[in-house]
Amino acid sequence: MSEQQPAVTQATLVKKAAPKSDYKPADVSPQRRVQRSFAVRLWSIRHSRLLEWFYSKFADAFLLLHPLWKGLGYGRVEAPIKFVEKRVKGFMFDCRMCGQCILSSTGMSCPMNCPKQLRNGPCGGVRANGNCEVEPNMPCVWVKAWEGSQNMVNSDKILTVQKPVDQSLRETSAWLRVTAQAAAAREAAAAPKTGAAA
Amino acid sequence: MTPRQRDENPAGIDLPLDPLPGHSSRGRLERVLRRGEFAVTTELNPPDSADPEDVYNRAKIFDGWVDAINAVDASGANCHMSSVGICALLTRMGYAPIMQIACRDKNRIAIQGDVLGGAAMGVANMLCLTGDGVQAGDQPGAKPVFDLDSMSLLETVRIMRDNGKFLSGRKLTTPPQVFLGAAVNPFAPPFDFRPIHLGKKIAAGAQFVQTQYCFDVPMFKTFMQKARDLGHTEKVFVLCGVGPLASAKTAKWIRSNVPGIHIPDAVIKRLEGAQDQKKEGKQLCTDIINEVKEIPGVSGIHVMAYRQEEYVAEIVDESGVLKGRQPWKREIRRDDQMVADRLDHILHDEITETQVDMVKTAH
Repeated sequence: MSEQQPAVTQATLVKKAAPKSDYKPADVSPQRRVQRSFAVRLWSIRHSRLLEWFYSKFADAFLLLHPLWKGLGYGRVEAPIKFVEKRVKGFMFDCRMCGQCILSSTGMSCPMNCPKQLRNGPCGGVRANGNCEVEPNMPCVWVKAWEGSQNMVNSDKILTVQKPVDQSLRETSAWLRVTAQAAAAREAAAAPKTGAAA
Repeated sequence: MTPRQRDENPAGIDLPLDPLPGHSSRGRLERVLRRGEFAVTTELNPPDSADPEDVYNRAKIFDGWVDAINAVDASGANCHMSSVGICALLTRMGYAPIMQIACRDKNRIAIQGDVLGGAAMGVANMLCLTGDGVQAGDQPGAKPVFDLDSMSLLETVRIMRDNGKFLSGRKLTTPPQVFLGAAVNPFAPPFDFRPIHLGKKIAAGAQFVQTQYCFDVPMFKTFMQKARDLGHTEKVFVLCGVGPLASAKTAKWIRSNVPGIHIPDAVIKRLEGAQDQKKEGKQLCTDIINEVKEIPGVSGIHVMAYRQEEYVAEIVDESGVLKGRQPWKREIRRDDQMVADRLDHILHDEITETQVDMVKTAH
């Protein structure tokens, strides 16, 4: 009882000794720390119609090359294609490689850049200036998606209810998967016809 | 035994009601809405304690004034008693809770388990939310999960209910019978997308929606007009979110700190001009209710009176939205009442019985 409490605790001493200019990473959210400028992403959304046209041609070209992919083996081409896809889409859309691309349904605005990774529309927290609730400097991904989708030919694709993300497809090539699926669908469509003819 | 109140199971207040055709749940809220009555829901301020009495006391002040009580799931990313826990307590007492499920803290495995658990406890209403970001709450260092979003969550629960299957396709032996809700915010950009977004939620499974706080009635009217034009109001019950503001200072604080709440300058000016700001805030809330209840397509109100829960009854009463109807009220059972009446004197009479006296009276 006679012992007196020290007036200044060790924690206070340490805190006072630290210079005020010290970098405090906790002040900046992790997304913001790795985020570069939004210029390219926003350009892609402004030119969503052009990119939509380009993307459909590109998908056709990829499908034409299906025999090549099949010949080489989809498993073997996965690594180099993924390497290219990651860098190209990373530059254009700030792609996060979810492996199940829905850019053409979201006005060329990558929904995985949303801090809540919403794939079906904006949350209720969008700021009055159209910026994100979590990242005050970032324009809301879904406000931009709505703008982008309005420029596109298939502007109603934004109305589809998207399934939850399949986390097991992360870091895989969406281009190859779509191509393989389209080829499989084409073959399935062709198969019953030949069956009926025979 | 006959039920003394409408929408009460005669075998016990905590038991589900009889299934009705066209109803997907066995709860009270869906019955009220489908009968075309103006519904009132509210929100229970979740306690930071492990005492069930805290929940019961907080629910008691809504008795006889609301049709359902939202059990919030760590709203604003602040840690409180879980919504499943609150629902477990409320269903025991016969209340009709709306179990909120936020995608922030749980992945799809946990969420589907909670849906089954909740439904088994008698939760008839579930509200599917995305949830605020973790940065908004008291533990910003937490990992944000967001495995599902509000839309895919709605679809998941709808699939569980209608197809009797988990997301994986595995079968359920008894599917959960729930009335599915969602939240909408007509007061945040992109404004022209919001009514379409509501349509998407309906497609995903929403049967009722609760809106964010409405302080801007003209804006809400525009939204409802568009929703009506798209035919949404025939497929979904819209409950307009309202609530009293404690003062102009609180209003300003909310405007700059709580994401997604739009408070026009006129509201703040009106509060600042008033002598008793708290009373004016309550009056403002009643005025807004009187305006929104006339909007076609509005099926009810959702009163959010955070830390002013004691005013909910007054607000509902003064606005007259119930039109004389009394929602279900927790009452003591008749046989319990009889015992209580007969033995009540024990509490008040001062009889000191000694053993000697007892022996004497026995002979």
